[in-house]
This record gives sequence, C-alpha cells and structure tokens, in this order.
Amino acid sequence: MRDPAPSLPVPRRLAPRRLAILLPAWAWLALFVAAPALVLLGIALGHYDTGVPPFQPPFGPGGAWQGTFANFVAIATDPFYRDSFLRSLLVAFVTASLCLLIGYPMALAIARAPEARRTPLLLAVLLPFWTGFLIRVGAWIGLLRDEGWLNGVLRVLGVIEAPLPLLYTSLAMYVGMVHAYLPFAVLPLYATLARRDPALEEAAADLGARPAVVFLTVTLPLSAPGVAAAFLLVFIPAAGEFVIPDLLGPPEAQLVGRVLWGEFFQNRDWPLAAALAVVLLVVLILPIRLFQRLEAEQR
Amino acid sequence: MLRAEGVAKRFGATMALDGLDLEIAPGEFFALLGGSGSGKTTLLRLIAGFETPDAGRLLLEGRDLVPLPPHARPVTMMFQSYALFPHLTVSDNVAYGLRRAGVPREERRRRVAEALALVRLEGFGHRRPHQLSGGQRQRVALARSLVVRPRLLLLDEPLGALDASLREATGFELRTLQRATGAAFVMVTHDQTEAMALADRIGVLERGRLVQVGPPTEVYERPATRFVAGFLGGANLLSGVVRPDGGVDCAEVGCVLRAAVPVTAHPAGAAVTLALRPERIRMQAEGAQPPEETNAARGTVAEVAFRGELSTALVRFDGGATLRVSRPSAEGAPERGAQVTLTWPAEALTVLAD
Amino acid sequence: MNVARVGLWLGLGFLYLPILLLVAYAFSADRIPFQWGGFSLRWFVALAADERLIEAALLSLRIAAGAATLAVLVGGLAGWALARFGPFRGRALFGALIGAPLVLPEVVTGLSLLLLFVALEGAIGWPGGRGAQTVLLAHATLGAAYVAVVVQARLAGADRSLEEAAMDLGATPFVAFRTVTLPLMAPSLLAGWLLAFTLSLDDVVLASFVSGPAGTTLPMVLFSKLKLGLTPEVNALGAVIVGVAAVALGMAALVLARVDGRRGGG
Repeated sequence: MRDPAPSLPVPRRLAPRRLAILLPAWAWLALFVAAPALVLLGIALGHYDTGVPPFQPPFGPGGAWQGTFANFVAIATDPFYRDSFLRSLLVAFVTASLCLLIGYPMALAIARAPEARRTPLLLAVLLPFWTGFLIRVGAWIGLLRDEGWLNGVLRVLGVIEAPLPLLYTSLAMYVGMVHAYLPFAVLPLYATLARRDPALEEAAADLGARPAVVFLTVTLPLSAPGVAAAFLLVFIPAAGEFVIPDLLGPPEAQLVGRVLWGEFFQNRDWPLAAALAVVLLVVLILPIRLFQRLEAEQR
Repeated sequence: MLRAEGVAKRFGATMALDGLDLEIAPGEFFALLGGSGSGKTTLLRLIAGFETPDAGRLLLEGRDLVPLPPHARPVTMMFQSYALFPHLTVSDNVAYGLRRAGVPREERRRRVAEALALVRLEGFGHRRPHQLSGGQRQRVALARSLVVRPRLLLLDEPLGALDASLREATGFELRTLQRATGAAFVMVTHDQTEAMALADRIGVLERGRLVQVGPPTEVYERPATRFVAGFLGGANLLSGVVRPDGGVDCAEVGCVLRAAVPVTAHPAGAAVTLALRPERIRMQAEGAQPPEETNAARGTVAEVAFRGELSTALVRFDGGATLRVSRPSAEGAPERGAQVTLTWPAEALTVLAD
Repeated sequence: MNVARVGLWLGLGFLYLPILLLVAYAFSADRIPFQWGGFSLRWFVALAADERLIEAALLSLRIAAGAATLAVLVGGLAGWALARFGPFRGRALFGALIGAPLVLPEVVTGLSLLLLFVALEGAIGWPGGRGAQTVLLAHATLGAAYVAVVVQARLAGADRSLEEAAMDLGATPFVAFRTVTLPLMAPSLLAGWLLAFTLSLDDVVLASFVSGPAGTTLPMVLFSKLKLGLTPEVNALGAVIVGVAAVALGMAALVLARVDGRRGGG
C-alpha cells in the first residue's frame, strides 16, 4: 500500500490541455453561432438586389458604407409587418397559456404519483416527441379536415349534418401548437413540483385549508418559477413558429415566421427577411434572458 | 380529551401501530418516547389526519376524528422541519390559519401580534423564514400553530432541529407556553431527557405498542420492561433466580438482591430481571466503612468516564456482571483497578416484566 | 386532488389519440385518409415504391448520423469545459453561444446560417454550394447545444473529486480522463447523440433554409406533401415512423433495464 502522506501535489489546472479542448469549441461557436448572427445583422442593413445572391452588402468594396435602415423602418411602419409581430406574440401567449392549463394538472399528477410510476408517466408524456413532428401535424390534418375523422364521428353520432370547417382555422392551429409544445411545458413544471415539500401542503391543511385552498395558497405559488419557465419555454419557440400555422392555420393568419418565410422564399427579399429575424430576436431577447435566469436559479 | 382505542396502522409489511390505546387529559403535556420506527410519528400523523388508521378509533372530546379531513380537525401540528411557507412573511405564516378560519382583518392583526409577542418575535413580522435562525423559525412555527387556539397541539421532535445549546432554554419556553395557553400538547421525541424534562406524562413506544405510560419519575424509577429500563438513561439489568424468602440470588454480582416490592408475582426458582439505576448506587473505597444498606456487593473499577456534572464508573464483578455507577464528579473519582463496595437501597431495585 | 389525475389521463389521451388513429388508418384500403375501407397494406406497398421518398429518407438518416456524431464531439467538449473548467476567460459568452440555438426561433437560426454559408461562399469559396453538407452542419450546431446541456448536467451531478482521487492514486490527467471522466460522461454522450439524431430527422425549417437542390431531406418532402393535405402514403409513412420509434424505444428500455439490473446485482 502506498503511503498517503507524501502524495505528490497534483496540478489542478493544466493550461495547455485546457486550451486544446477550448480552442476547437470556441472556433466552432465563433463560426456557426456568432458569425451567422453578425452576418444576419449585416445583411439586414443591406439593399435588396436582383442578383445572385439577391442583396447588396452594407459595406461596399473598400469598406464604404452603402447600407440602409429602410428594412427596419418598413417593419416599424408597415402595419402588415407590425401586425404580424403582434399576432405572433398573441398566438405564442395563448399557446403557452393553454399548455400551462393542460400541462399543470398533468405535471402535478405525475409528481404526486408513487415514486416508481413517475418515470414511466413522464416518459409517456415525452414519447410523442419521437413519432415525428410533421407526422403529428399530418395526423391532425386527417382528424380535422372536412371529410376527416372528427367530422365523420360527429356525423355518425348525429351531432352535425354538414361537416364543420375545422382545418385551416385558428382552432386547428392552436390544437396543433398545444399538441407539439405540451411536453415542453410539462417538463419544467414537473421538475419544480417533484421538488416540493409535502410537509408544507400538510401544514396548510393542518391549519384549516381545504384541498383547493391548499393548492391556491401553497402549491401554486411555490411552483411559480416552474410555471414561468414552462410558459417561456413554450412562448419563445411558438413566437417564431412557422410550420404549424402554415399547415393547420387559416391562410390569412400572417405570423412572423410565415412572413419571414414568404419574404425569403417567395419574394426573395433576403435583407427584409434578415431584418425581420433581427427584430424577432430583439423582441424575444427579454423572455430569453428571463428564461435563462430562471434556469440558473433552479440549479 | 383525546382517546385512542385499538388504533392500528400498517405500511406494507411493517406494523407501525399495533392496537394502541391512549388517553390524553385536557391541558396535559404528554410525551411519546420511542426510537426510530417505533410508530411515534405515525400516531401523530394519524391524529392530525395525514394518515388513516386501518383499525381503531380516535376520539377528541367524544367526537370521532377519523372521518374528518385534516383541515376540519381542531388539532394543529408543529412539524419537525417546521414547514414554514417560504413564500410568506413571518406575519403571513402566523396569520395563515386565522385567514382560513375567516377571522376578520383587525382581530387577525391583533392575534398575530399577540402570538409573535408570546414567542418573543415582535418586530420580525416582515421577515421571510429564510432570514431567521433555527431557533427563531421554531418559534414562528410554534406561534403559527398556537394562534388558532387548538385544543390539542402536536409537536414532532420540536427541539430536534436545534443546536444543543438552545435546547434546554427552548424546552423551558415550551413548558411555559403550554401552561399559558392551556392547550394539551402531545410531543414526539426520541430524546428521553427531553421527554422527562418537559412532559407531565410519558408514553414509551416500542414497535407500535405502548409499553409503559406514566409520570416521568415513575417511568424512570420503575421501568416496566427491559426496553424501558434501557431506553431511559441506561439502567443496569441484573438477572437472578427467586428464592423462597422473596430475595433474588444474583450470581452475576455474587449477592442476594432484596427489593422493596416483594417478588410475589414470581414463584421461587423463577428467573427474573431487575433494573438498577446507576445513580442510586453508592460506591465506597476498600477499607472505608460502607453504610448499612440492604444490598451490598464488592467489585473492581474497570473504567472511569468524566461526564461533566457526573462521572460514570464501570465496576466489574467476579460473577461476570459489569454495573454502571454514576456519582457527582465533585465527590472525586475512584482509581481504575481499585476494589470497591457498592451498596444500594431496596427501593432502587425494580422487577421487570420481561 | 383527483382533478390532477383526471387531467393527466385526458392530457395523455390528447397526446396519443391522433397518433394511434394515424397508425390504425394506415391499414385502411380507402383512398381518403382516416376513412375505413377495409384492411389493406396497399399504401405500404405504394410507399415502398415511392423512390423520391425513400431517397430522401436515406439522405436524412445519413445527415442525422453525421450531425449527431459531430454534435457529440463539439457539445461533449463544450459541456465538459462548462462543468469542469471553473471560471475560465469568456465563460459567460461561451455558455451563451453554446446555448443560443436552444432558445432561438428556428427561422432565425436557419436564415442566419444560410446567410453565413452564402457569405463564406462569396469570400472563400467554401462550402461550394448548398445541400446535404450544409444541412449536416446546421443540424450539428443545433444538436451540439443539446449535447452540451445534457453532458454538463451529468458532470455537474457527479462528484468532482472522483477525477482528483484518480490522479491522487497516480493516474496522469489523460488516464484519469479515459478511466473516470469519459465513463462518467458516456451515458450523457449516448443520450445526446440520440437526441441530436432525432432532432435532425425531425427538422424541416433549418433544412429548408440551408439546403440546396441536391439535399432534399425526408421532412422537406413530407412538408411539401402536407401542404396539399394528408395522403394515404404519408399516413402509411407515419405508421412506419411510429413503429420504428416504438421498436427503438422498446429496445432502449430493455437495454437500460438490463444495465440497471446488472448494477443492482453487482
């Protein structure tokens, strides 16, 4: 056996090795995360042009400024763009609220289940992730369209005679959004609720609170960080969502994601699309920072 | 005021409470004493309503508690962790129960102030629980439970989370509060000194059964079973055989033991165990004249331990027994290896049931 | 409160009903999806004959495997650095950059990566056209963010003194990494790889932006088909994907149970 007393001092940090690990990571992040953001901002300041690629960069040969703020001005003044932002924020807000409303009881029930059943139940909530996002949207198309399953069932039951127009409505869009984002809401809610101290709920009941009052005065307020995290985790991606509104929503619902997509793919106005992305980013920076603060506090 | 009749509770394969009967008097301070897994906390949770008994009845002033949910029981509990609501201020914590009871705002404010004054926390109302020391939190928990004027307060290891230095003072405060409020207190503890210092009566729980109930002095002086004798202050256990004249032949210490209460329940020739408290034994050095006493035996000091006020000596006998002897440190400690004579009065010996 | 229990089962019903119906009606002979026309495998046969779809699926699998591997390399290093290197210079920026793809809307990430590729092409002639390669890089960027989070969480939960103990017992830093840190990280690397693989297979937005004519992935094909509504072939494809996912998850569960059993026994 080695004598433990004279054990050699082990250097805790080995600078060259750390550098060898950090350098490739830094390089990757600089190239694929930082640089694209800068390019995006640059092109948002550029002019639309009919060439390939279809824009003039903001700095000409020799670094001369030839950029413009016209794209941002257009977004700020044109009601079409402004409304698309407002509508997107509304859709994101409603989606996140619905996910909380549906997800909270689910997370609470899982957190209250016997220990051995919690992981399987949580997996059951997450499992639909692995069936493919587009496939699930497709399933809703099959369920909701005029000659779809739901209308068929309602007709057989005699509830309706003519098919209800369900697909390509706001309802269909919200159903699809909630279906896609619900697991995002359940996870942080569960994480918070699983850590709650049951003694606090017992103490409240002991002091005369009925179950509903215990929930409102103890369980719910104590899960506030989880509620906020769940809301933001749905709100942030939902604000820029493109696929679901495009496949399920009404054609007139011009959300930011869809407008950006249209400017890019149909109008080929890359600078305007880039400017929309920059504005979307600026709009979302507050919720994103808030979410990151919550995450840091939860650890 | 509280009566438990044949209360039983099982968790899976373990019997937490096994047909327990108990009666608590109004205004009484009762301590449930037992080791971990003895069922003491289960009994508390059954009374509070967090668990449902598998059998038996729990009556509070003649009314059956079992069908009542926790929030409808006129009983409050102080949790071992205190379970203070971290999102509420001290005042709001204390006001919680009053608010549930629909106490009007003005009265609520007054009673919260009174309760905080009672536990000497005036001026702490706006703090949050995490800004308080352990002792202060304990007092907030106490105020929160007492402010609703429960008929019965349950306390789960009320001093358990406190530093040793705070325990004695807090114990005295508990006692004072209990007298001031007149509520019955039922306290659960694993600490026998705590139980003896605070309670009017002690119930010793062993594996879901109450093995002895009585005032602290009685339980301490006259333990009913080996378990009680061992749990409360580590009595010496001596085994022997009953003689026709009522004495007990004890080969371990090499003498005849004479107890004040005759061993009438046991016929001559039966094997019995007797308990003897370490502090009831007097120790005399070799050569000194031992006092006239009913029981006397000679042994050798094997080990001496200084414990502050008291010192404990282990005295070994040729018969194989080792007795613990405590005496005030001020009387001086015997030498290790010294020959000594131990004497004790007949009243010091208790015959155990098992 | 049983309200929560009822809510859980209703929520699970909402999550699973469309998927289960989709699988069931894949076996219907009717030309209209979600109409029962008797049991039939004809749409699976039609699916097997759709060369464009199969080609796209194979491309997607290749891209997903490559992107996941790259993501594990980059994200693994980054997660390790964040969990074990203490406060190094630029740590806050490093963390923000690795996590950015997690919180940015897909349209923003997709557009900015495309613009980067175009700018690079103009400046240095790389990546030389857009297609599978650029999709792979975009997916690796997204995947690395997830891998870094998973690895960091795993290492943060593990005792740091394990590595120090190994070095104290005479292991060189490299040996300590190989014998202690790497095995510690292994489950999170595997989980991260699978996550990045699924994300890549599932993505349509990033791919649509950064891909070119030669790089049509399966989700891109699916998306263009769904724009016109649900067809029986797509329905059948959905059933196949659900089936593959179910089998893969079942196998993963079995392996995990086996590993757990061994650990419990040993």
